[in-house]
Amino acid sequence: METRTDRPTTRPAVPEHRPAPASPAGTDHSPNAPISIHDVTVAYDRKPVLWDVDLDVPEGRLVGLIGPNGAGKSTLLKAILGLVPVISGRVAIYGKPLSKQRKLLGYVPQRESVDWDFPVTVRDVVQMGLYGQVGWFRRLRREHVRRADEALERVGMTDLADRQISQLSGGQQQRVFLARALAQDAQIYLMDEPFAGVDSATEKSIVALLHDLRNAGRTVVCVHHDLQTVAAYFDYVILLNMRVVTHGATADVYTEENLRKTYGGQLTLLSSAATALAQRH
Amino acid sequence: MISWSVIDTWIIIVGVLSAVGCALPGAYLLLRRQSMMGDAISHSVLPGIAGAYLIMGNREPLTLFLGAIVIGIVTTVLIRLVKHGGKIEDGAAMGVVFTALFALGLVMIRRAADHVDLDPDCVLYGAIELTFLDTVPFLGMDVPRAALLTGGMLLANVLFLGLLYKELKLSSFDPGLSDALGYSSRFLHHLLMVAIAATMVASFEAVGSILVIAMLIVPPACAYLLCNRLLPMLLVSAGFAAASAVLGHLSAIALPPVLGYEDTSTAGMMALAAGVLFGGVFFLSPKSGVLAQSWRRVRLGAQLLSEEVLGVLYRRQEAPGVSARPVLAPEELRRGAQGRTVEWLAGRRLVRQGYVRPVPGGFELTEPGLHEARRLIRAHRLWETWLVEEMNLRPDHVHGPASRLESVTGEAMEEELARETGAPAMDPHARRIPPAEKH
Repeated sequence: METRTDRPTTRPAVPEHRPAPASPAGTDHSPNAPISIHDVTVAYDRKPVLWDVDLDVPEGRLVGLIGPNGAGKSTLLKAILGLVPVISGRVAIYGKPLSKQRKLLGYVPQRESVDWDFPVTVRDVVQMGLYGQVGWFRRLRREHVRRADEALERVGMTDLADRQISQLSGGQQQRVFLARALAQDAQIYLMDEPFAGVDSATEKSIVALLHDLRNAGRTVVCVHHDLQTVAAYFDYVILLNMRVVTHGATADVYTEENLRKTYGGQLTLLSSAATALAQRH
Repeated sequence: MISWSVIDTWIIIVGVLSAVGCALPGAYLLLRRQSMMGDAISHSVLPGIAGAYLIMGNREPLTLFLGAIVIGIVTTVLIRLVKHGGKIEDGAAMGVVFTALFALGLVMIRRAADHVDLDPDCVLYGAIELTFLDTVPFLGMDVPRAALLTGGMLLANVLFLGLLYKELKLSSFDPGLSDALGYSSRFLHHLLMVAIAATMVASFEAVGSILVIAMLIVPPACAYLLCNRLLPMLLVSAGFAAASAVLGHLSAIALPPVLGYEDTSTAGMMALAAGVLFGGVFFLSPKSGVLAQSWRRVRLGAQLLSEEVLGVLYRRQEAPGVSARPVLAPEELRRGAQGRTVEWLAGRRLVRQGYVRPVPGGFELTEPGLHEARRLIRAHRLWETWLVEEMNLRPDHVHGPASRLESVTGEAMEEELARETGAPAMDPHARRIPPAEKH
């Protein structure tokens, strides 16, 4: 009712035994990691979606979050952002709870998650990214307006700033979302399929932007679908299918075998990716 | 002749205050695609009023407002619980909750009927005609209680929506980001529902729950068709709401004598006026109105037809052995047109642009018309060549696409086309491509 997202309701029937949270035997969590995920389990209704996810996202990397449909990729982003209740475990942002670190996070949701007929202009949407910096009841200051316009400039949407968002193409919509996140000037960016439904020119410019962000020391995590471009775009990958199959530097862990483990029965999907990989190695 | 009295003035004041007060929060319901929530709360608020009444023993605004707050939260939470517990969609969950609460409210009113003057009819249809009977002193004059109540409600809504403008905008557009930035979308949703429940309660006596639902949704729906931004939409909603109230009362006075009725319900006429205004916007809106859309279709049809006419005349002229200027018979134009309007518009367009002139038996090309036709045919045949060579389409499949493309081909595009195709002399159908003209 209150949001357009699914919300978990009851606890799932998961086995009771679970390793003690953040046990020394588990991952060695660094207090300096931008995102530390400690044994997180999330469930919609009684069906677990994420199970004992436990990892640190390293700083200053461009991270690809890869996995089949229903693997829980979007849910993991939402769990990091506190948008879905985790039924066990916790997430730390630079060693502190999310509630104290919201300003460090920039979020690019899936394009379909909002109503593009809403009566707002491109500039309005980008300014929304800055709402977190002024607090309840306060209005944006001139400085914020300027920052929003700069973000629009960076994605090449200045000319369309006063357009209503319903008049944008898919690629333009995605760039608006990106500008909104850029305006936040966050340390960590979480992006849910930023390349979905955009033309190849837009995809190229988004990739360039992501690399800029990474080179400026920001940490970027993208849910990504196109297995053929993973190695070219990301320097770190998390392979996810309800559980974390593996994570690490792309060169080390993005292998055919790990993909096979991640995608399980959906091997047909892989044939093209496997070919592409074989050519690259 | 309409006789005007101070009663009419108060009716209009109360009508405008409650209509505008409803339309402002209603706009957010519409944008959140939760319009039915207004319907739900308007019904479920009844046990809230009755309960507050029974417990407190009075109907002071504060009592009613407390009842509204409680019932607003109860309804919202119940709907969420039913929705998730029963795994059913929004509409069904609302249907379950508000009908049950409404029924409960009716029973409570029956029970209280001996002690208090709450009247189910009044709750549904309101009694705006009688508001002047119940006055309280305010700033040295006798003001109808309903005017104070609805005025206070409007003021409270303006304050609420003004203070939380940015928060409500964000959480209505993108609840996910709203949560991520620390503005709980659930909390804001509850606040909005409470505001709507309070709005309902304040408007009930005056206009009844039926009109309240109309005012929550119809004026914002008009504004939605016309506006591109949120603030203008809110203001235009308010304008439509006020206009509905004024027009509604005027027609409630003016229409019954005309139609031969004794009397009519003012609140009903206000809802009707809102509906009529919506109908007007729906047909006449320059952006998305039905009229504007069909006009655009007709105009496009006429443009395509007039280009077709030029093409047909040109092709006749280039046929071997034709020396006289060919003539297009009016019947031919009619056959090509989709409807008389398109035919008339296309003919008028061609004559006005000076491309054809009427001659005995139909139209013939003028000199400028010949130039234009040559340009179009050149673009058409270059496109056909390009589609065959670059897109690997079969020659018998390219006429349609080329016809659509030719009409949007400007000078620069034509040069680019000629360059990419190598400026051939013949098209794929072995017809001569007219050379480029000096522009």
